[in-house]
Amino acid sequence: MATAITVNGTAREDLAGGLSVADLVAAHGLPAEGRGVAVAVDGEIVPRGRWAETAIPPGAEVELVQAIQGG
Amino acid sequence: MGTTDPAAAAPASGSPNAYAVPAPTPLVIAGESLTSRLVLGTGGFDRMEELAAACAVSGTSMVTVAMRRVDPSQQGSLIDTLDRAGVRILPNTAGCFTAREAVRTAELAREALETNWVKLEVIGDDRTLLPDAAELLDGAEQLVARGFTVLPYATDDPVLCRRLEDAGCAAVMPLGSPIGSGRGIANPINIALIAEQAGVPVVLDAGIGTASQAAQAMELGCDAVLLATAVSRAADPVRMAAAMKAGVEAGWLAHGAGRIPIRTWARASTTPEGMADLG
Repeated sequence: MATAITVNGTAREDLAGGLSVADLVAAHGLPAEGRGVAVAVDGEIVPRGRWAETAIPPGAEVELVQAIQGG
Repeated sequence: MGTTDPAAAAPASGSPNAYAVPAPTPLVIAGESLTSRLVLGTGGFDRMEELAAACAVSGTSMVTVAMRRVDPSQQGSLIDTLDRAGVRILPNTAGCFTAREAVRTAELAREALETNWVKLEVIGDDRTLLPDAAELLDGAEQLVARGFTVLPYATDDPVLCRRLEDAGCAAVMPLGSPIGSGRGIANPINIALIAEQAGVPVVLDAGIGTASQAAQAMELGCDAVLLATAVSRAADPVRMAAAMKAGVEAGWLAHGAGRIPIRTWARASTTPEGMADLG
């Protein structure tokens, strides 16, 4: 049973389930206040105000997106 | 939607200069006032400094961004740059091919940027990047129902634009020609029809290559112009940003000024009376 989580389609053995969304955001070098960043865990968007308290379950599929340049 | 309040275009009575030229009125979308009628896409700029300069020089009040998976190799300062520029950020759903994807992307953008405004883009074809009208309308209806302020990128089809307005979109954004093509306004008759009939602001979106085309959009009755590539991929993006500002303002003034009718034959502007007899 894999405990790693999948971030943006890549299995991350270095990121075990149980870490918080806030930890995940920080692990990617993104600003703690998270402006421009959004996170969905197993298809559910996690509001920024709940990043610190939301643990990512083992095996979860996480989408971590941010605003980029675009027309 | 009419761009010009006749009262605003009239000489200001009581002004020391009876012929004062009116400054463009704000663009109002969903009750929010934007001072500039030029919306700038942030795509294609090579450097943040250039994007910041283009924002400043163009006078834009609103810029678009896209949403993508975090790329660890690209830690940019995009949002900081835009916040410093003092512009409103309008996320788009670029790259979405279905209403479902677009709604999902809009929801992520709303969370990321704390705005319920979205430029709805649902593409039907990779080569032309033309909108998929059926998916677009479906996506617009879903997003309006979820409380979004929807600005849909649409084909230059007056019927589709009316359907989008009826669905509750806060503006309609017909294309001039395909994204990034620089071909300008392929169907000015349709754009004028859309501008004439719309009860919401009309933003000419996509296809603009140079300033005269931005001016033309405004002359046709559009309320604003959205462009990215024309500026970001110009040899001198900052100079082109200034040109676009001038073009949009010139077009707004010309539309309100009431152009002369087009004639087949010449009409002398000099009186034929009083010619000297030079034998």
